[in-house]
Amino acid sequence: MLFTSAAFIIFVMAVILLYYLLPAVCRTYVLLAAGVVFYCFSGVTNLLYLAAAAAVTFIFAILIENRREASSAYMKEHKAELSAEARKSLKKKNAGKLKRLLLIGLLLDLGMLAVVKYTDFVIYNVNGALRLFGGTELSFLNIALPMGISFYVFQSLSYLIDVYRGKTKAQRDPFKYALFVSFFPQLVQGPISRYDDMAESLYNRDPFSSDKFFRGFECFIYGFFKKLVIADRLLGGVKEITANPENYTGGWVFLGMVLYAAELYCDFTGGIDITISIAEMLGIKLKENFDRPYFSKSLKEFWNRWHITMGTWFTDYIFYPVSVSPWMLKLSRWSRKHLGDTVGKRVPVYVSCILVWAATGIWHGASWNFVVWGLLNCVVLLVSQELDPLYTAAYKKLPFLKSRPWDVVKIIRTMFIVASLRILDCYRDVPLSFRMFFGMFTKGRWGEMLKGWSTLPGLTVADAVVAGCGIVLVFVVSLLGRHEDVRDRLKKRHFALRFALYYLLFMAVIIFGAYGIGYDQAQFIYNQF
Amino acid sequence: MKKNRIFKIFIAFLIALAGLYLAQRLLMPKYMHGVTDGALTAEYYGERMDHDVLFIGDCELYENISPITLWREYGINSYIRGSAQQLIWQSYYLLEDSLRYEKPGVLVFNVLSLQYDKPQKEAYNRMTIDGMKWSSAKAGAIRASMTEEESFISYVFPLLRYHSRWNELEEDDFTYLFKRDKVSHSGYYLRTEVRAPENLPDPRILGDYSFGDNAWKYMDMIREKCEEEGITLILVKAPSLRPYWYDEWEEQVEEYAAKYDLPYYNFLETADEYGLDMNTDTYDGGLHLNVYGAEKLSSYFGKILSEKYAVPDRRGDADCAAVWEEKCRRYDEAKGT
Repeated sequence: MLFTSAAFIIFVMAVILLYYLLPAVCRTYVLLAAGVVFYCFSGVTNLLYLAAAAAVTFIFAILIENRREASSAYMKEHKAELSAEARKSLKKKNAGKLKRLLLIGLLLDLGMLAVVKYTDFVIYNVNGALRLFGGTELSFLNIALPMGISFYVFQSLSYLIDVYRGKTKAQRDPFKYALFVSFFPQLVQGPISRYDDMAESLYNRDPFSSDKFFRGFECFIYGFFKKLVIADRLLGGVKEITANPENYTGGWVFLGMVLYAAELYCDFTGGIDITISIAEMLGIKLKENFDRPYFSKSLKEFWNRWHITMGTWFTDYIFYPVSVSPWMLKLSRWSRKHLGDTVGKRVPVYVSCILVWAATGIWHGASWNFVVWGLLNCVVLLVSQELDPLYTAAYKKLPFLKSRPWDVVKIIRTMFIVASLRILDCYRDVPLSFRMFFGMFTKGRWGEMLKGWSTLPGLTVADAVVAGCGIVLVFVVSLLGRHEDVRDRLKKRHFALRFALYYLLFMAVIIFGAYGIGYDQAQFIYNQF
Repeated sequence: MKKNRIFKIFIAFLIALAGLYLAQRLLMPKYMHGVTDGALTAEYYGERMDHDVLFIGDCELYENISPITLWREYGINSYIRGSAQQLIWQSYYLLEDSLRYEKPGVLVFNVLSLQYDKPQKEAYNRMTIDGMKWSSAKAGAIRASMTEEESFISYVFPLLRYHSRWNELEEDDFTYLFKRDKVSHSGYYLRTEVRAPENLPDPRILGDYSFGDNAWKYMDMIREKCEEEGITLILVKAPSLRPYWYDEWEEQVEEYAAKYDLPYYNFLETADEYGLDMNTDTYDGGLHLNVYGAEKLSSYFGKILSEKYAVPDRRGDADCAAVWEEKCRRYDEAKGT
């Protein structure tokens, strides 16, 4: 069931009605049933993966907590009888058991993700090697990727690790926990929510609040605007340019990059707006996933503002644990000893960064273009980190580098870097992506592209005008939202003005949206991850 | 305070609905010029009287039969509920729909649509169904006709279908925002041009000449509905040269008609009897008749209707005659006589 289909809108309306009309104690069950129904639309068998991920983390979280509580109760009870050494040994033994439980839970969940998502990628590479040595190639499994598996597995893993760390109390109601994993709006493309952030509002029994409802509804319309009026209109242009690399070289690649940057932003943020707004209408608070990322002045800042929940997930559950792991500390000591302090202290940071970005890349998709994309992000980040002292010195000597116009230059530069790296996502082929990127500078055709601006490939004039106006609106809204949420700003205005603005936005979606006969219903880009 | 808020929301809701309604009216195609076939279905609801004969079918009826001639020569009070590429299930539901308003004595059905067993083109579906008033018949017509790319909800809210017409709007869309002109003459689409057939292509060889189960199912439903309502069902094949009418198709219709004791007239075979001359009586090379051909066919068929099926002569009914007088005036004006 596509988010942008009429069926989904009717489904959401029905869920909201049931949610508020039935007694508050039924809410968990209403949302859980909604999740099951919604997920079944993507294929009933896919539900098994979701159920398995939920069951594994639910059971192992309870086992971990029970073990810890039992051990702590035993220690308390036998405090007087146990020597310090015995207590230490018991603690160590217990920690080992807890770690084993955690590892089994993690392996089961990650194993499922790995089998479903990465088996064919492994076979593809093994076959590559076998071809070299003349061996018989393996057959692909061609397992259909269950919708949102990367999102709900990561969400489940964070919960299990948090319980292990003692940060979160295990949820002992299986229905409540299942709801946390299967909350239907976020099944498609996240955000990757943390249990602690979500639990309180997810199980709320607050009465209907028209303020919350309309606030959510405003965001709901804006999400559809970004997806249907901008992203899905630009889709034709992006497809045309990237599917015909032999026809569109040089300047056209740049145009494709720019169009894709706009399309991806509106597609992903539009989808997240819809997700967050549905939750808001139900009185549930989800974490914001974007903070006007295209206003970032560096790639590092961009990654702090784009797909925030994914970034923090990798930081909290991979970067930090890897950085402080015993083997990393060992490597740190070794590298300092053998390579000197300056280089040695960087080695563990570099290794952790490379691991995180390789994981980020492979999380986005089981193919080399994503791995290379992740690693290139890592390279740019590490290089800019190394150049940081140089920048600091330059800022001191050249005051104009602190000026507004220079900030704009930095924003444009960051956008160019981000868009350039995404070429790997556009062409999905590493050598081709590099050829197209360098061809931008060597193959010319800029004049041809600029001359033909009114007949953009894959786009009608109407598409270009509508999407262009939409982008201007999104830009203005982003600018206005620098210091205060635009919805909060509008709330202070007269009801008639607010109504008129949102109604115009709603009508723009209805009239200018790329949906219905003549348009391909486009799934969200992040849905494939 | 709370009352005030509810009032504001209520007013906002009304304005929102009004805006959507306006947008829908503006963006829906009007079919007032050019392709006017799409306006035929809705035009029926403007009829001010019941009819003795109802024609239901595709362009082979609404372009080949002139109810004005039937009236003038035999006093037959008739109407054509026709639409472009009207599929047989659409004919059935149009019959159901018509029975909500009137009960004709005779129903004439053109058998060409038996050739289609599955939904065909969205554009034709729209031209037939959009103009229907809401009833279980319309819902049935939608469900039976939808192609894979269509959705029921876009028939409920046609704005969802026609929203992308914003950059195709013409003067007509504003002129006919709240009104419609009549485009037909009791459902007849009048054409005066003459274009004789040239180089008719050889008929395509088909893999299977049998009409499909679905088509027969709806044929049975039409027949049963007529039996239930005491309506005489007459099957006809209009004298169009294209699409080609195969002998195998003819045999199946004849068999069906014989099996259920239904009258069946193939006007292709009797063309000489009523003097049809394809050099002068068609406006598009033999696909459809022009007004001269339609008048010849109507004159011939009118005689059959009044003599064999005792369709009454209503010329003595003053109210009826007054309505037809106006129709005849419009018809003559359009014909240029």
